This record gives sequence, structure tokens and C-alpha cells, in this order.
Amino acid sequence: MNADRARGLAIAHRGQAIAALGLVLLAGVYVLAQGFTPMEVSQGLAQKIFYLHVPAAWTSLLVFSIVGITSALYLWLRDERLDLFAASSAEVGVVFSIIMLTTGPLWAKPIWGAWWQWDARLTLTLFLFFLFVGYLSLRAAVPDAGERARYSAVVAILGFLLVPFVHLSVYLFRTIHPMPVVLKPSAPSLPGSMLRTLLIAFAVDLVLYVGFVTARYGLGLIAHARAAAQEDRADA
Amino acid sequence: MASGLRGALALAARDIRAELRSRTALTSALVFAALVLVVFNFARDPTRLGVADLAPSALWITFAFGAMTTLNRAFAIEKEHGALDLLRLAPMPREAIYTGKLLANLAFVGVVEAVALPLFVLFFNRPVWHILGPLLLVTALATIGFVAVGTLLSAMAVRTRFAELMLPLLLLPFMLPPVIGAVQVTARLFADRPLSELWGWLRLLAVYDVVFVTISVLIFPAVADE
Repeated sequence: MNADRARGLAIAHRGQAIAALGLVLLAGVYVLAQGFTPMEVSQGLAQKIFYLHVPAAWTSLLVFSIVGITSALYLWLRDERLDLFAASSAEVGVVFSIIMLTTGPLWAKPIWGAWWQWDARLTLTLFLFFLFVGYLSLRAAVPDAGERARYSAVVAILGFLLVPFVHLSVYLFRTIHPMPVVLKPSAPSLPGSMLRTLLIAFAVDLVLYVGFVTARYGLGLIAHARAAAQEDRADA
Repeated sequence: MASGLRGALALAARDIRAELRSRTALTSALVFAALVLVVFNFARDPTRLGVADLAPSALWITFAFGAMTTLNRAFAIEKEHGALDLLRLAPMPREAIYTGKLLANLAFVGVVEAVALPLFVLFFNRPVWHILGPLLLVTALATIGFVAVGTLLSAMAVRTRFAELMLPLLLLPFMLPPVIGAVQVTARLFADRPLSELWGWLRLLAVYDVVFVTISVLIFPAVADE
């Protein structure tokens, strides 16, 4: 049992080290965005939040897909580690979606003139957040570990399938969000220097994601080891 | 396959029979739906907003919340008497358990909607005779979608702490696409728009039904297994 705990602790420490590196790099992104990336002509300083907002949005979408795919793999392979990984990812995903949902309105107030608009992609990401929160609330409410893993996997898969429907229905409803400038069929319409800063910021977010998930995964292993030890003691 | 279908129908018939004997869940859901309609009338400034402007949203919020209260009960009866464990022992595939519960829930929600619709016509002064066909079509399409997901989610929610809170928390995001589509179609029907304008939304609702009924049937064994 102690070996499991030591392994969890080692993984958690490695995760913390990666996350610390990510935070230092994030400070570098701020310097890069403020000092070495040209000012956008029409939006001015407000546009700088783009380098925080868009990478956080991409990361939370990516994490959401990772949770969906690992959950499907869990139902297939029934490996506990996949469940723990999906749960750790969902927790980190919530953090990135909160960053996205708070930086968005900060930018929207001066540019759109309102903190919030019922725009298609805004609504979609709000629902990603709700689905993450629902997934985590369900996990907190199911006492049995096996049931918890299966139920949350089912919810993650359903949520993964729901996203295109939410996107399509709110898009048909109406949209005012800026059109994509990078991920679109033709070449990116963003100037090279801005694209560079954006991609670096995205890479830093991925480092942060890996760091946080590794740390959370390690902590999860420690919790498992402790629960198992308690069971052993109860049996004895 | 045939035994599965027979099992599903037997299970649905049992649920309906049990409900007809006690009538507790259905009666409460009906009263609840009527109350939602009444609240909608007063949740507006009558000098600024005519009751007709609210009609499509009032109708669909009533249907959605009525369905929610019905679905909360769906697996509660199985849990209360340990019936789910016995059901697992029954000689029929897991998929048939889900299908049976889905059919019973569709019947219950259908009854709630069938009672709420005339009340809506009465309270909101919106005759629906001339658009009854398309209105029933869109109601069926939207209801099948969220009841399919709701049946699956309620099987899980009932095993959690705070079951009555967990189901709405999980189900409401899944109600969004069907309810948006249904409100859009209903508003256009009331405005006497041509049917060609509704086609895109109806298709979206139909695809939603196919996707979520299929995935729910396929994934239910993962919920029901020990």
C-alpha cells in the first residue's frame, strides 16, 4: 500500500514541477503579448486578452474531447486509471473554461458594449462549463467507486455527443461572435506576429494542463491508496 | 430481439398499470404543469408584454418541466422496492429494460402534454386547431429526444445523493437543443409561416432523436450492470 502512495506522491510532485514551469512560461507570454506583439488597430489594448482567452478556449475544448474519449475507452477497457485520468482532466477543464468565461466578458464590455451576449460560441462554451460541472457533481454524489466511474463515463460520452447539437441550434438561433481568424478553411487571417504569440500561449496552456492533470492524477492515486488501506483495516 | 421487445412492452405495461392504480406521480405532474402555465401569465409586465408573445416559451417550459418531474419518478419506484435488482435477473436483455422504461416515460410525458396543451390554449388564448398536425409532430420529435436522455440519466440520478437535484442538473443542458428547436418551430406555426421555414429545425430534432435514442439504448447496460 505504501508503494502506491509513494508512486502517487512522486507523480503529484512531477505534476507540480511541470505546472510551476507552465506558470513561469505564462508570465513570459504576458511579456511577449504586451511588449513584443503589435497593437491591434481598431480594438487597441483590449485585444491583448485574446492571447489568454483564445488559448484557454481551445484548451477547454481539447480537454472536453479528452474526457469524452477517455470515458469511452473506460467503458470499453474498464481500467481504473482511465477513469481517474478523465476525472482529473475534467477538473482542470473547469479551470480553463472559467478563464475563458471570465476573460470573454472583460473583452466584450468595451468591444461589444455588453458583458454578455447570447452568441452561438459563447453559449456553447457556457454549456461546456455546465457539462463539466454536471460531470463533477455526479462524481461527488455517487458513493460507490465502480458506479461513479461508469455513470460519469456515460455522462461524458452523452455530453460529447451533445456539443454539436448545442452548437448547431444556438448557431441557427443567431450569432455575433468574431468569426474564426485561425481555425478556418482558408489560411489564417491573423498577422504572423500575433499568430506566433497566440500559438506560444496555447502551447503554454498545454504545459499547464499536463502539469495540473499529472498533479491531480497523483493525488487521486494517493486517495485510492488511502481508501484501500482503510478497507484493509476495516477487514482486519 | 422478439423476446426483448416483448419484455420491453411488458415492462412499459407494468409501469403504466402501477401508475394508473396510484395516480400519484401523474396527478402531481399535471397539477405542476398547470401551475407553471399560471405562473407564466403573472411573470411579465401586462402593460408591456402581451400574453401571446410569451406563448411558445410558456408552452415549452411547461412541457420541459412537466417531463422533468415525471422523469424524476421513473426509476424511483424501482429503487424503493428493490425492483431494479429483480429486473436485472429477468430473462431479457438490458436494452429491453431501457426501452420499456422509455416507452412508459413517453406515455406519461405524453399524457402531461396532452392535458397541458388544452390548458395552454385556454390560458393563452391561442387556438391551435389549424396547426394541430405540425404542432403534434414537433412535440413528438422534441419530446422523444429529451425523454430518451432523461430516462437514461434518471436511472443514474436515482442512485445518487440528492437525486431530485441531480436529474435537472444533468438533464437541462440536454434539453436545450430540443427546446430551442421546438420553440422556434412553434413560434413560426403561431405566426402562420410556411412549412418550408420549419424544415431545417424539424430535421435537427429528428437527428437528435436518432442519435440519443441509439446511444442511450446501447449505453444503458453500462448503467444497469453491477
